[in-house]
Amino acid sequence: MEEMRILLKYADQINPESAQDYIKVGGYKGLEKARLMEKKALIEEVKKSGLRGRGGAGFNAGMKWSFVPQDAPVKYVVCNLDEGEPGTYKDRIICEKNAHALLEGMAICGAAIGSDQGYIYCRGEYPFIVKLLKNAVQSAKQAGALGNFDIEVRMGAGAYVCGEETALIESIEGHRGEPRFKPPFPGVAGLWGVPTVVNNVETFACLPYILTNGAQWFATIGAAKYPGTKVVTLTGDIVNATYFEVPTNMTLRDVIFKLGGGIKNGKKFKAVQVGGTSGAFIPEENLDTPIDFDSMGTIGAALGSGAVLVLDETRDIVDTVARITKFFEHESCGKCNPCREGTFRMREMVQKVNEGKGTERDLESILLLARVMRRASLCGLGQAAPIPVESTIKHFKYEYMRKLI
Amino acid sequence: MISLKIDGKEIQVPRGTMLLEACRKAGADLPTLCYDEDLRLAGSCRMCVVEAKGRPNLLAACVMPAENGMDIQTESPDVVEARKVILELLTARHKFDCHVCEKDGECKLQDYCYRYGVKESRFSGEGPHFYKEDPNPFIERDYDKCIMCTRCVRACEEITGADAINLEDRGHHAKISTAFNGILADSTCVFCGQCVMVCPVGALTSKVSAGKGKAAQNKKVLTTCTYCGTGCTLELNVNNDKVVGVTSNRDREYSPVNKGALCVKGRFGWDFIHSPERLTTPLIRENGELRPASWEEALDYAAGKLSGIKEKYGADTLAMFTSARVTNEENYLAQKFMRAAIGTNNVDHCARL
Repeated sequence: MEEMRILLKYADQINPESAQDYIKVGGYKGLEKARLMEKKALIEEVKKSGLRGRGGAGFNAGMKWSFVPQDAPVKYVVCNLDEGEPGTYKDRIICEKNAHALLEGMAICGAAIGSDQGYIYCRGEYPFIVKLLKNAVQSAKQAGALGNFDIEVRMGAGAYVCGEETALIESIEGHRGEPRFKPPFPGVAGLWGVPTVVNNVETFACLPYILTNGAQWFATIGAAKYPGTKVVTLTGDIVNATYFEVPTNMTLRDVIFKLGGGIKNGKKFKAVQVGGTSGAFIPEENLDTPIDFDSMGTIGAALGSGAVLVLDETRDIVDTVARITKFFEHESCGKCNPCREGTFRMREMVQKVNEGKGTERDLESILLLARVMRRASLCGLGQAAPIPVESTIKHFKYEYMRKLI
Repeated sequence: MISLKIDGKEIQVPRGTMLLEACRKAGADLPTLCYDEDLRLAGSCRMCVVEAKGRPNLLAACVMPAENGMDIQTESPDVVEARKVILELLTARHKFDCHVCEKDGECKLQDYCYRYGVKESRFSGEGPHFYKEDPNPFIERDYDKCIMCTRCVRACEEITGADAINLEDRGHHAKISTAFNGILADSTCVFCGQCVMVCPVGALTSKVSAGKGKAAQNKKVLTTCTYCGTGCTLELNVNNDKVVGVTSNRDREYSPVNKGALCVKGRFGWDFIHSPERLTTPLIRENGELRPASWEEALDYAAGKLSGIKEKYGADTLAMFTSARVTNEENYLAQKFMRAAIGTNNVDHCARL
């Protein structure tokens, strides 16, 4: 199994800010094609490609667009570049290597839903990407590539929760970064109350290639139900701690051991956390699972953002999870009870176990709290925060047990 | 109309009805903390969660529209488990001084803990403290009892329009705060106490009523505020034949004018009632000294003086200045008296308080 570069094909060969460079390698052809199509046919084409959201939820992109009422007078296209999941930097890489694919993808979405205004919400930790994107938009405008579609780059202030689409919208509007309840979904009432499509950078960046090469072409790449490629970012105890673009039917084992070069310093593999800090920890026996959304689901994990954090045999799982619970305690926005109080108490209890002061009763309480947070929290943050805890208690229970009183 | 099943009961509701309303229609009593029918929805306390067949997550009924064919359980084991854990999470940070709390007996947190048998919390570690020392004379802000339902924030914004308070910080450090976490007097607060009215627990209470009688022991007497002609409905809280506080009735049937909203005077300005300095009989000034008189004597005295001035100097030397504190009917009578009995159009009004 090898890398398959579509989005990153011309990485480091073109100037990411330059529209001319991008056009030279076939850029903005997809948009041209999209503009000649009927809106419905264009949405149908994206649906047929099977493209699913690359931000983590894996929702069919064309389907999402089809929920936008066509007759609404104002609509927006919003790109989620908050990329807050620790260990994830694929969106940064896509921008740094191929920013115009993102801009073109947003304009294609604009053509499909009838919007002439896009916003890119970039995380506060990426000021250099904000600069890069602003220059890229300028360059695209000068080249006349975007037509009447305008793109504004907005910068976040560093809150993890603003990666949640409705909290992101609140943030663009200038409010506290807190999620809204859904329904209504952004497709019906989003930014400033009007229909809005929010997609991830990678999702948008796939669109030019789908339009240029056809939905059929895209649908045959990788896993049948989650076609295309995925940019994965490898971190932790791995030899090649870098990014790769891989077809979605590649197995985790191949990602880690073939592309990643295996575990550093000749040590043995212990666990891998996929999809960022809210992802499940996966033990050795599940490594032969393909990375696509549905296959990961069958082992109780999620592809999420495509972050791959590898832990070697010497890592202390409970200690790692204790740090993760601290992260969620810090990042909870505080809106809903299960998450605001739950992330706090979860950290408290896991820390107690990690310090060797916990009892079996604490472990029971942890699992009870995890269950309620997962099912009763308002947004994805609170729902996903207990996943690392639950998955490690499931797969690495002995590590917890040996720390109990 | 759409049809759905709630606790096994088939019911029909118009499309767009929220699950909470549908469940209540079906006879289910869902607990709520952040929900307030006069305020915009928050969906944040998660106490009203219900279980829908075929859905992995529990649904917050207050913000979830009912859908055709839904099969809802409102007190399933999973629902009860979630509510209990949420209550335990809230009680873990709650200052329990129910025995001296103004809200004792009228507190939603207390009621729901009783209903679900939550005696103690399994989450018992230390947390931050939120009590806010605020020297204003009206509103006690003990956020160590706050459950973060944000009803006060929404009431301040949506009923009063003062926008004095909002959320500060995040996660479990989040708290209700004025700008820059200052005191209310330095904010846009007008001390109307709508926040006290909507607070479901003892986090916001009246300083004027403090220690004078617990809510549950007070008799509530519905009456009309006499401060101005608006005619707001309020409830005098009576304990041992003494007025010990004012609350408001939010039922439109009883409170059509103000729907429970009051101003600082109506809500907090009642302590004059039992003041020893209050006038209880008319006084007539003689040789620079005031002496008590009967109403009959006082009225005769005033009428005699008015007639004397009118006869000697003419009707237009007299004028009437009335008050917004009296009713329209009384103001009508006042001008009638000046025009018909005295014979002048010199009538004016302060038009404000």
